[in-house]
Amino acid sequence: MSRPRLEMKNISKEYFGNQVLKSVNLTVGDGEIHALVGENGAGKSTLMNILFGMPVIHNTGGFNGTVLVDGRPVQINSPEQAMSEGIGMVHQEFMLLPGFTVTENIKLNREITKENWASKIFGKKLESLDFIRMREDARKAIKRMDLDLDEMLPVAGLPVSFMQFVEIARELDKDNLKLLVLDEPTAVLTESEADTLMSVMKKLAKEQGISILFITHRLDEVIEVADNITVLRDGEVVAELAAKDASVELLAELMVGRKVQIRPKSHKASSATEVAMTIENLYVDMPGERVRGLSLEVMKGEILGIGGLAGHGKIGVANGIMGLYPARGRVEVKGYGEIKLNSPISALKSGMAFVSEDRRGTGLLLDESIELNIAVQAMQSQNKFLTKGLVKIMDRKSIREHANKMIKELDIRCVGPHQLVRRLSGGNQQKVCIARALTLEPSILFVSEPTRGIDVGAKKIVLDLLVELNQKLGMTIIMTSSELGELRSVCDRIAIIYQGRLEGVLPVDASDKEFGLLMAGELSHHRKEAS
Amino acid sequence: MNNNNGANKSFIDRLKEIAAGFGLARSIILIFLVFLVVLALFLKLPMDQILSSVLARFGMNGILVLAMIPTIQSGTGPNFGLPLGISCGLIAAVLSIELDMRGFEAFLFAVGLGAVLGGVSGYLYGLLLNKVKGQEMTVGTYFGFSTVSLMCIFWFLAPFKSPEMIWPYGGNGLRVTIALQDRFDKVLDNFLSFSVLGVKVPTGLLLFFGLFCLLVWLFMRSKTGVALSTVGANPRFAESCGLSVDRYRIIGSVVSQALAAIGIVVYAQTFGFIQLYMAPLFMAFFAVASILIGGATLKRATIWNAIIGCFLFQSILVVSMPVANVIVADNLAEVVRIIISNGIILYALTRREIGGDVR
Repeated sequence: MSRPRLEMKNISKEYFGNQVLKSVNLTVGDGEIHALVGENGAGKSTLMNILFGMPVIHNTGGFNGTVLVDGRPVQINSPEQAMSEGIGMVHQEFMLLPGFTVTENIKLNREITKENWASKIFGKKLESLDFIRMREDARKAIKRMDLDLDEMLPVAGLPVSFMQFVEIARELDKDNLKLLVLDEPTAVLTESEADTLMSVMKKLAKEQGISILFITHRLDEVIEVADNITVLRDGEVVAELAAKDASVELLAELMVGRKVQIRPKSHKASSATEVAMTIENLYVDMPGERVRGLSLEVMKGEILGIGGLAGHGKIGVANGIMGLYPARGRVEVKGYGEIKLNSPISALKSGMAFVSEDRRGTGLLLDESIELNIAVQAMQSQNKFLTKGLVKIMDRKSIREHANKMIKELDIRCVGPHQLVRRLSGGNQQKVCIARALTLEPSILFVSEPTRGIDVGAKKIVLDLLVELNQKLGMTIIMTSSELGELRSVCDRIAIIYQGRLEGVLPVDASDKEFGLLMAGELSHHRKEAS
Repeated sequence: MNNNNGANKSFIDRLKEIAAGFGLARSIILIFLVFLVVLALFLKLPMDQILSSVLARFGMNGILVLAMIPTIQSGTGPNFGLPLGISCGLIAAVLSIELDMRGFEAFLFAVGLGAVLGGVSGYLYGLLLNKVKGQEMTVGTYFGFSTVSLMCIFWFLAPFKSPEMIWPYGGNGLRVTIALQDRFDKVLDNFLSFSVLGVKVPTGLLLFFGLFCLLVWLFMRSKTGVALSTVGANPRFAESCGLSVDRYRIIGSVVSQALAAIGIVVYAQTFGFIQLYMAPLFMAFFAVASILIGGATLKRATIWNAIIGCFLFQSILVVSMPVANVIVADNLAEVVRIIISNGIILYALTRREIGGDVR
């Protein structure tokens, strides 16, 4: 194999000064199944957007590096061009018309037509569909996957895995298809469905010479189906290895990796014995981050980290307890008692505050001033910042004073307390979120993904701030993050969530391998095998 | 970073910035108004009368425009369902005549009862709006139209007896316009009214409007008002503050429809007539257009937006009428009103919602 099917060389990409890809190299050979793994935010989707010439890339200043198809450098400026180069993509969300038949979906916008009397007069647009030939083509495409599927069924009633196959068939039906990209193809499938899909993938690659590039979080699948694996972390390729040399633990370790030096700090909290909060059998129905029966104890005055791979429910914990997503179970807060789940006000009243991972969606009023953002939650849940007297209205003066104090203490870089939050940088927006939470004077602070989408300098400031709050005010902090390095740099203990349950709690100085094992759920697997 | 280096900026840039801050629509309307006023002066039209008329129309429409603020702020958009609240106000006004009340007594009765009925209708309307999230404006518009039609049946069937209101020659139902001459015609306008240079200032009317501006201002700054604005600005954020989104959307609707009911009584009071049947059909559009001209967006509105918008919109109508009559000798004012109101609504609907952020 002299010329690999696809080569991406030295790909770099910046979004608004934020480097998301740093000279990434990726090579996919003929008939090779290549897996691209990495945590959320590692740059996988950006890389695929570049490969597909998505407008988002060109609207934000393009990228650096070269893309070669069959050894020939190509300029891909639009998805259409990608398709004409023989690159096909199956998206995570299905792009199918439910009411149309399998055939129609496969042939969508590439219908075979024949002349009729109207088209002779009015032109090609009015030609009728040649269903016989379309059916033949559809059947051929399905056949290539060795499937038995009636091509005239409507898509709406099909099982999810078959919808996925229809998507693949659509790509296969394109004559020039050389490279098939599958974005998290198994995320929505059951285990047996995923097995079928993987055997189809193998068949396509080995027998028909189609190269497959697939993106996934499920590491056991990677090892089973892939020939080669590229691991991305923070926009860099951290490893390229053959699947036969890889193991789940190794991949997990590579994906999460250690980046931040562990800071030596006074572990006064680790000796704490008083429980601040007990979580028992918590279920949270947060799409994509379901929690399925989590039990955990949080000690008073500690910083507890919650880690785990994306999709395993670590994000769901705080959102469930704070009442933002439907939850059941039992959560008891020391000195308050059991809180009412599904009620944000009950959570706030028990002395908890939450800095959401969805900063711009849930965390901020983007088109309001900094001061209002900081004050409004405390006003609504604790009646702060209202004037005294018969007619209670918003007390602008005390809001302004408080905002100024917070701006100074947290060093929020802004024009003044009246500035709109939308115009602040990510790091400063995060500080506004933290200021809002602090205004509630919480005893327990939840912080989710505090450094997501903010630049390196601001990351350190935000993390330092959390440590300071913990040490000076004795605040119990529960921090959720996909970056293990970050958790290890500030936390006292780290709880790893796997498939919505607590997999284990580790001290920060545990080895990468131990974290990798827990994240990959090896413990649960062993337990299952043992029983 | 924050464009604070004002010294480096050219004069043109500054002008552009001022224009951007003021809003394109408002600028055009203002230029058009100035043009009309110059034309009116040139044609030697009686400016004192025109100005008196501007003041009166400004005051009489003001509260209807204020009614837009609670719904816009609570996230349900401008209240296109305004005819519902207006109908409630009309019922209250008609009842005051049926009960043979006069003067301030009749006016205050109509305002009070109208507010209560409007509030109740607003609650029910709010329940409806919560079922059609994202479609409030379209649903509201057709709901308003339906209400007007339904009320036509009511005016026709309602068993009112007062001879001032039923057709003098017999038959069923209330009249299309009911004169208020002996009832509460201009009770506010004439209260403490005085004239300067031939311009009649309707002191009572303006004071009453001012009072409601103050009340709405206080409400929007109360805990409830702030919660309502938070719900409108970001429902997810509001939920995380422990606020019930549906509840505050209903409150916004209640306050808005109550204001609509009060607004129409004030309107009738200045106008001198109660207009029934199809009259309220397009009233929502004029109120919506007014607040949008005042610089409000579909998501954010302030008291000043309402005041400025109402003044600009009414001024143009008042000034264009005699100007058009002299130049074209036809009733162009109505055409101008429809073009401006529909045009400005269209403009607001097509504008990308950026919440005042021009970057």
